[in-house]
Amino acid sequence: MRKISNPPTNSPVVSLKDVHKSFDKLKVLDGVDFEVDRGEVLAIIGRSGSGKSTALRCIDRFETIDSGEIVVCGHRVNDPKLNLRALRQDVGIVFQSYNLFPHLTIEENIILAPCSVKRVGKAQAKEQAQQVLAQVGLEDKLHQYPEQLSGGQQQRAAIARSLAMQPKVMLFDEVTSALDPELTGEVLKVIEALAANGMTMVMVTHEMGFARGIADRVVFMHRGRVHEIGSAAILTSPATPELAQFVGTGL
Amino acid sequence: MNLNLDFAAILERWPVFLDGALLTLELAFIATVLGALIGALGAIGRRSSHPLIARICGIYVESIRNTPLLVQIFLVYFGLASLGMKFSAFTVAAAALTINVGAYTTEIMRAGFDSIPRGQIEAAEGLALSRPQIYWHVVLWPAIEKVYPALTSQFVLLMLASSVTSQISAEELTAVANYVQSDTYRAFETYILVAIAYVFLSLIMRAGFWLLGLVLFPRRRRLGTPL
Ligand SMILES: Nc1ncnc2c1ncn2[C@@H]1O[C@H](COP(=O)(O)OP(=O)(O)OP(=O)(O)O)[C@@H](O)[C@H]1O
Ligand SMILES: [Mg+2]
Repeated sequence: MRKISNPPTNSPVVSLKDVHKSFDKLKVLDGVDFEVDRGEVLAIIGRSGSGKSTALRCIDRFETIDSGEIVVCGHRVNDPKLNLRALRQDVGIVFQSYNLFPHLTIEENIILAPCSVKRVGKAQAKEQAQQVLAQVGLEDKLHQYPEQLSGGQQQRAAIARSLAMQPKVMLFDEVTSALDPELTGEVLKVIEALAANGMTMVMVTHEMGFARGIADRVVFMHRGRVHEIGSAAILTSPATPELAQFVGTGL
Repeated sequence: MNLNLDFAAILERWPVFLDGALLTLELAFIATVLGALIGALGAIGRRSSHPLIARICGIYVESIRNTPLLVQIFLVYFGLASLGMKFSAFTVAAAALTINVGAYTTEIMRAGFDSIPRGQIEAAEGLALSRPQIYWHVVLWPAIEKVYPALTSQFVLLMLASSVTSQISAEELTAVANYVQSDTYRAFETYILVAIAYVFLSLIMRAGFWLLGLVLFPRRRRLGTPL
């Protein structure tokens, strides 16, 4: 009974309009607007506590918003009648703490959702697991358990697990923050390859160099608002003193 | 002091002891299986966002944990009788033990469920799994794995506690002993033997749980991590 929602190609994959969100008295999002087009990579940067994660989580409805509008792949996310699981089939999300299921092998982690949500046959799902693992360079880890993998490998496996659901847009929340620089590199390479393949992505990141290299557009969040938005060039020539200060200290 | 032990008269009654021991194991088995089921459902109920369900499960757990097993057995026994329902002592014993261990298992399972990190559940939600699918694949099995030693102890304890059902003449090991000692006037010897028999039953159960653990938790088997 799932409504297949194919937005016309010219409409944005993700759009936030005047989104407000408070945790009790704490105003975290104070009128956030941005859009992400098909195939676009949007990087969200900003100080700790500026609302980056919250904005990202609202897109996949891990948080509900107080006012405004969010539309993702044709789903009106703030609609009380939203088909939540249909939304989440279209959206892949990867967190800082990889959250692989520890009791399942990498293969089992990957085929779980395709088999139980999309009712894909086991054999087909396993074939697909091999594909997505190859995409992240882990084809040899199929039958390992998460605890047998390094942090970077676990994060790549988590990305593969998301990809196996064939999402229309991927959300990344500081997926490299828990990793040391060497492992960060291998995860970023995977994301780069995804971008090159045309995946639509929204990524919260602290890696300024990476954002500059990969992002089509950069959103700088400050005090719950989009303080500055533009091409990656804004990182080198910021228009506002806040961003200037942020990239000055962030580099 | 003159300790004069004579086991011969008791040992020759070994068939009745064996029957009693088997009945004890049977009681323990039934109560373990059903109790585990009740425990899982009870724990889900206690964590339910529906206040009435959570409340009912809470009342069940607390009323069982704060009353003696023997009284619970009598309540089931006389309760059913006063409703005009006739059941064998074995059935009543199995029912009472199940209700009892179900409450303790609920608490153990709840602790297990609570120990699953929020991020695990969010990851599953992000993959579009439904609530029941999340409970089954992401919460239940890792939770059972975490509390498996506590569950094992609880079920062994239950088997030992089943001796109380001798009070309603369920023909389990202790009831057999009561009967044999009054028949032979060799009370001390009888209970020494019975104590040893219970130790064996405990060992059998623990071995059973160990084997079951190997089947249920392949990761432990593969990585050799102890439970
Ligand atoms: N579930 C919650 N309940 C209450 N307050 C929250 C919750 N989640 C976030 N906050 C608060 O909202 C503010 C914004 O949090 P958010 O996680 O969006 O920031 P962030 O920009 O992602 O920061 P960081 O770079 O540290 O990850 C913070 O002050 C945080 O303490
Ligand atoms: Mg954050």
